[in-house]
Amino acid sequence: MSAPVARDGVADLLQELCRTLTSDLAVSGAAMNLMSAAGGTNGVVAASDDRSRDVDELQFSTGEGPCHEAFTARRPVLTPDLRALADGRWPGYSTAALDAGVGAVFAFPLHVGAAILGILDVYSDHPGSLSQEQVAAALTCAQEATAILLDGNLVSSGGRLDRGLSTVLDHRAEIYQAQGMVVADLGVDPADALTRMRAHAFGNEKPLIDLAREIISGFVLPVDD
Amino acid sequence: MVSTERLADVFVEVADTLVDEFDLIDFLHNLADHAVSVSGAASAGLMLADQDDTLHFMAASSESARHLELFQLQHAEGPCLDCFRSHEPVSTTDLAQETRRWPDFAPGAVEVGVRAVHAFPMRLRDRVIGALNVFGEEPLPLGPTDVKIVQAMADVATIAILQERAIASAELLTEQLQGALNSRIVIEQAKGVVSRDHDVSVRVAFEALRTHARNNQIRLVDLAHDVVTGTVTLPRS
Repeated sequence: MSAPVARDGVADLLQELCRTLTSDLAVSGAAMNLMSAAGGTNGVVAASDDRSRDVDELQFSTGEGPCHEAFTARRPVLTPDLRALADGRWPGYSTAALDAGVGAVFAFPLHVGAAILGILDVYSDHPGSLSQEQVAAALTCAQEATAILLDGNLVSSGGRLDRGLSTVLDHRAEIYQAQGMVVADLGVDPADALTRMRAHAFGNEKPLIDLAREIISGFVLPVDD
Repeated sequence: MVSTERLADVFVEVADTLVDEFDLIDFLHNLADHAVSVSGAASAGLMLADQDDTLHFMAASSESARHLELFQLQHAEGPCLDCFRSHEPVSTTDLAQETRRWPDFAPGAVEVGVRAVHAFPMRLRDRVIGALNVFGEEPLPLGPTDVKIVQAMADVATIAILQERAIASAELLTEQLQGALNSRIVIEQAKGVVSRDHDVSVRVAFEALRTHARNNQIRLVDLAHDVVTGTVTLPRS
């Protein structure tokens, strides 16, 4: 399986996030993969280390596992003890992952509502739950990765991702409503809509929330922004 | 005072949620409506907290309640936030007297004709996941029985959200809460799509989504997802 292509700089930033998260959480490793419902290329895009990358690939070679479930359910899928999967979920994947020494796996979607880009998987060699603080850190990391992936679509080839765009996702309802309006106005998918909004707001030096309110009042984003 | 008939309605509906395919967001909107009829309030709203204990708007019985909830979030103050932080009910029957307590929220609420507010924590054992607010245009004093009943509704909402009567694992709690928070985002996105497609306000767009989901017996969040991803186009009524 060929790995998905991320623009220059994006994969590096995501790898940095995986490594930081792994050390902050004192877990065995972390990996991020890209997924799409439309049958695009799915696969691992970044990992804290080679072993985590290999383990993450198992979900794509077996076609099952927590990342697929998190993608479909649009919520985290947390498995604190892989061995204790009583309901026989993911038989192929869990056997392979256990053989590779994985004790626990925690999958967090890289998403904003209906716009889903991939999954962050956190691995531990030993079974056990993540603490509330660890979960919060993983969710924050997933949001940063989502923002990087959204903004990464803007990076021109050859250049490194400009982190001038805020990696913080704003959670106000107007932004999501405006995002839906851009989907309708331009006929783009919801991730693309948010990318365009963030780029337009950044380019015009205005807060995203202000742009969102203008869109709600009738402003239509230019197609070639 | 609450009528037995209304209470029965609430509990029948709650029992309905304890099945697999239940529509969380629609349920929360209904719960807000029920909280209004049960307490005699003018309107009601619900907020849920994320992993960082940041509150997010989830549902309201009316557009004005929605604004009151968003106003509190925007100004980072108000009864709902205090209730969430303290884990205790917070209430006032005269907002005009509460300017010191809530310098932005109290005058803002009074300006739109709101006089009373009661906030109830949504509790699961030692954890609080959000709060239910009822707003009154009158002083709206709630007796001990009313307080118990509205608190029971807040508790029931918590159970419905977490989908597990004796939720055992922290994992399940995280999964359900995060799923609920993301559902809310999907619905906002769908409101935007329908608002443009039908040339209507986001409020009308939401009603159109809700009605279509009900008439076709599909979950509101699933319909919203299909609308945003373009697999379904909501027909104009």
